[in-house]
Amino acid sequence: MTSAQSRRVLVSDPTLRDGNHAVAHQLGIGQIASYCRAADAAGVPIIEVGHGNGLGASSLQVGLSAVDDKTMLTTARENLERSKLGIHVIPGFATIERDLKAAIQYGVDVFRIASHCTEADITERHIGFCRGAGKTVFGVLMMSHMADNDVLAEEPRKMQNYGAEGVILMDSSGNYLPVDVSERVSYLLDNLEIPIGFHAHNNLGMGIANSVAAIQAGALMIDGCARGFGAGAGNAQLEVLVAVLERMGYETGIDLYKILDAGDLAEAELLERVPSISSTSVVSGLSGVFSGFLKPVNRVAKEFGLDPRDIFFELGKLKVVAGQEDIIIEVAKKLKG
Amino acid sequence: MNNYRIAIIGSGNIGTDLLIKCMRSPLLRCVAFVGRNLNSPGMAKAMNLGVPCSDQSIQYIIDNADKIDLVFDATSARDHIKHAPILRQLGLRAIDMTPAKIGSMAVPAVNLDEILREDNINMVTCGGQASIPIAYAISRTQCDVEYIEVVSSIASKSAGPATRLNLDEYIATTETGIRKFAGVERAKAILNLNPAVPCIDMQTTVFASVDNPDIETLRTEVVNIVDKIKVYVPGYQIIVGPIFENGRIVVMARVRGLGDYLPEYAGNLDIINCAAIALAEEYAKQEAAR
Repeated sequence: MTSAQSRRVLVSDPTLRDGNHAVAHQLGIGQIASYCRAADAAGVPIIEVGHGNGLGASSLQVGLSAVDDKTMLTTARENLERSKLGIHVIPGFATIERDLKAAIQYGVDVFRIASHCTEADITERHIGFCRGAGKTVFGVLMMSHMADNDVLAEEPRKMQNYGAEGVILMDSSGNYLPVDVSERVSYLLDNLEIPIGFHAHNNLGMGIANSVAAIQAGALMIDGCARGFGAGAGNAQLEVLVAVLERMGYETGIDLYKILDAGDLAEAELLERVPSISSTSVVSGLSGVFSGFLKPVNRVAKEFGLDPRDIFFELGKLKVVAGQEDIIIEVAKKLKG
Repeated sequence: MNNYRIAIIGSGNIGTDLLIKCMRSPLLRCVAFVGRNLNSPGMAKAMNLGVPCSDQSIQYIIDNADKIDLVFDATSARDHIKHAPILRQLGLRAIDMTPAKIGSMAVPAVNLDEILREDNINMVTCGGQASIPIAYAISRTQCDVEYIEVVSSIASKSAGPATRLNLDEYIATTETGIRKFAGVERAKAILNLNPAVPCIDMQTTVFASVDNPDIETLRTEVVNIVDKIKVYVPGYQIIVGPIFENGRIVVMARVRGLGDYLPEYAGNLDIINCAAIALAEEYAKQEAAR
């Protein structure tokens, strides 16, 4: 791992997508435009934009977006010169006819097609369609802490076979410790021919540490958000990640001062509050529940007069997946008796 | 009494479960179980039950049309598009289990009476069968429904390769069904696959954006329509609501199947089959009354 080529890491910035979870999907046009300009100026290779659960996910289930997909994506497109425009796509929410065809028209470059870590075969048609349209396509395995080695041997390989040009493991619950990340990334490197990526959540304070572990194990793609702006306790903080990578001697193509400026701009213009690891977020990470459940769990806990931590532990026992927000109400009703 | 003659095309999970339900029905008689491969597990089951089997697919139906009253097509949307005109020409009623959307959509708890005039009937989707009666109850009792959304969670193990490959068609067909039956302009369907072990029961949540909810009237209407569903799907149960939460009407239903060919948790597959059997039995009664 000493050649110049292997010291390069592809950084993807989902501030304007994962961050939307933190503000109940209320990011506006002005915010999208100004952050895109700042991150583009810093040379961030890929900027992901959209509803927290990605394309076609504005819903009563997860939350309605303030701005529709078309407006978000065209606004971003108009404000990006060098950076590629990326989106997160979960089959089951987004369809080819309704959503992907339109996204291609709006000028999206990078399609990250995601499924729960055990369900890669629902991504086959969506990956195939986007590759067929000549786009860059990565597969994403969400909630990857729930995958055992059998799953890791099969599901990412399916995505590779469907045409994915890389597979990204998401720690959607912020449940991993660095050793978990190293093991999984190494395992995938031995089993796949395509590059591996990692997306960290910070519920147990491991956002940057886990990202470093992924890269040291051989991951070539890494996600970070300005000020850690993301679901629940937030993600790996992009500005810190860029600085750490620079210190480790990795090449990202990102200008440090300018990405620090983009972080400042995000704090001033995008964030309601800088992400912190709240008590509930610690429990969310421990229980292995998707970090994006934080806001709805807090709301439902208040409505039912319950401790949100009890709800998280109960959801963890049920092994809910991202997208099952409706179960929060069922659990609250059950706990209430 | 059970002399209404049924043929089933498609020997997968849906077809085989339909077969077992037919065998139990006092009104229906399965006269043919037809597929492409005599070695499939479904075929073995049918042979065990003593049902005439064939691997000649639609050709068997063409050759034996005079011995059949109704065909359940449990193949695929692509195949049903080919089968539909053939069945029509043969004068055979067809109940289409695929998302081909050729015939009129049927949800027995909602439109049983009007659908009996049709000769090609589409069973919408599993999520549609579970959610449309609730969406219909909401639209009948609330004056300002703008949008209805249905979210279904099913056990990963209950979603076979065809379901997985046809997720987009599932979504489009379910949304069309919601718009049609609830009379709303905008509808959204979401499907989650959950791999938890032991397997989760099928669940559907129906959300509606309404400015001035009338929960009391809705509660009565939901009880009424659930009574109608339970006639053909005994394992259908409301587990939450109707409640008004965060600006939304929320109703959650759980569907446990009968555990015939499919396990009980696969309520998603059971409900669409139970609905299809309920319709076939109505045809049988209609025919007997003639």
